Amino acid sequence: MPEERYDGAWPRVAVRKTHKLYIGGAFPRSESGRSYPVASADGEHLANAGMASRKDARDAVAAARKAFPGWAGRTAYNRGQVLYRVAEMMEGRRAQFAAELAAATGAERAEAEQEVSAAIDRWVYYAGWTDKAAQVLGGTNPVSGPFDNRSAPEPTGVVAVLAPQDAPLLGLVSVLAPVVAMGNTAVLAASESAPLPAVALAEVLATSDLPGGVANVLTGRTAELAPPLAAHADVNALDLAGAGELAADLEEAAAQTLKRVLRPDPAVVWSADPGLSRIRPFLETKTVWHPVGI
Amino acid sequence: MPQTASAAEQAPTNRALREFLHGLPGVDEVGARERAAGLATRSVKTTAKAAALDLAVRMVDLTTLEGADTPGKVRALAAKARRPDPDDPSAPSAAAVCVYSDLVGVAVEALRGSGVGVASVATAFPSGRAPLEAKLADTRRAVADGATEIDMVIDRGAFLSGDYRKVHEEITAVKQACGGAHLKVILETGELATLDNVRRASWLAMGAGADFIKTSTGKVAPAATPPVVLVMLEAVRGHRAATGRTVGVKPAGGIRTAKDAVRNLVMVQEVAGPRWLDPALFRIGASSLLNDLLMQRSKLRTGAYAGPDYFTID
Repeated sequence: MPEERYDGAWPRVAVRKTHKLYIGGAFPRSESGRSYPVASADGEHLANAGMASRKDARDAVAAARKAFPGWAGRTAYNRGQVLYRVAEMMEGRRAQFAAELAAATGAERAEAEQEVSAAIDRWVYYAGWTDKAAQVLGGTNPVSGPFDNRSAPEPTGVVAVLAPQDAPLLGLVSVLAPVVAMGNTAVLAASESAPLPAVALAEVLATSDLPGGVANVLTGRTAELAPPLAAHADVNALDLAGAGELAADLEEAAAQTLKRVLRPDPAVVWSADPGLSRIRPFLETKTVWHPVGI
Repeated sequence: MPQTASAAEQAPTNRALREFLHGLPGVDEVGARERAAGLATRSVKTTAKAAALDLAVRMVDLTTLEGADTPGKVRALAAKARRPDPDDPSAPSAAAVCVYSDLVGVAVEALRGSGVGVASVATAFPSGRAPLEAKLADTRRAVADGATEIDMVIDRGAFLSGDYRKVHEEITAVKQACGGAHLKVILETGELATLDNVRRASWLAMGAGADFIKTSTGKVAPAATPPVVLVMLEAVRGHRAATGRTVGVKPAGGIRTAKDAVRNLVMVQEVAGPRWLDPALFRIGASSLLNDLLMQRSKLRTGAYAGPDYFTID
């Protein structure tokens, strides 16, 4: 048989990405096998994203729970290094993020680039807070007795995060980074209409020394994923940033298991300096009394 | 092999046992794995799942076999076996509590009047390496203290070297020492190497008078793998067909999730038959499994996923 050689004349078939979920450090398809079409701001079809089911949410919570002791046990300094590494990895994919963001929001390229920069800087911002928040939120308490009395913040546990619907990258990073920075593990439901930057971010997280299961990213219908997460007894806190009109019902469901709930702030400006506003809600304060010599 | 009261004196010769056991048809290992994997894909949902979970709870032999066991831990386990989910009175009790022989007295005291059995491991558990006199003394002591079930281990060294008569005699002797207590014979399938050996050990134990055959001690991995349970379920079905005597099966070790437990129940139904879907003939030896069963029950009841913070540890 005569050998056929590729001479460059045939059209190449493009290798297109399958947009999958990110659970426990792996990229599975949805357990349900479903996906849904994602359109750009102009209504053009961009891709099909995985449509997570409540069982995927359950699996993500199990993965987050498993990862929690290891991640919470890291030194704050080390968590800071890992978050900085996420920023480094995002920097290397600037063009991809800018393109996906521009497609999702219809923003001009320059505007999108600026938002990517802000998102990368936000990782660095929270990388800095990892070993400093304890000094601000904890400290030595003056007590009337022969005791050394100290308070120190500790991570709450597994946090379910509903990412903002209309800020698919900066908003996404702004809710995820503060949760994982302090040693919590996260199950994040991405923006329903613009999930592709979240999938790209998951690929960054997977290559950033962040242990598998510390951040889990689900794409799909918020109204389907949020209720089981809010009612799940093994979820310790809930960030309702992207809950929209579901917020009241979700807060009620979360009350059954006494979860910490961060309500959505309608006036939030994602580009503004967040301070400790998103760190403090997902911390518990441990206070230790220790007798001192008379 | 019909049993008589004087079986010990008339123990079959090694040659006869060997002819019988090696005359059993060989196990198709690949086929057994495929069959077990196929049965594991059955979907059990809603009302069937609720029934399966409750049945699984009733089949649990709640087990603690650690060197660090204390009377307090056994009492806590007994309380859990009586009423696994204090929030839900509809949750049934476990089948039995399984402890080391020196803690039988504590367990009997804690379970009095509850209907929950007390099982004791005996005969130099888990290795089975001790003189016969020591094994019998261990058994008699546990029975005297009130154990209703004895979990003995076979001498795997003797079995693997082909000394079937020794294994047979030991089981027969322990069975006599048990008196009225039920005898479960642990084959420790993780050390038997092949499924052919699992089939032979099953028939050997059943012929020597076992009331139950049990996969493992829980101290050796792999333990109760699906193909092993499948072969043992086939053996009890075959033994009933051949002799009319019904022997139970107890997988133990490695069954940690409700899903694993339900898969085992599907195998029982499909391989042995519905007769064995009864705590009198099928038990699951486990410790962490019970909490997962309770969490699944709670999920069915409330619709919300349950968390381990809401259930007792051990």
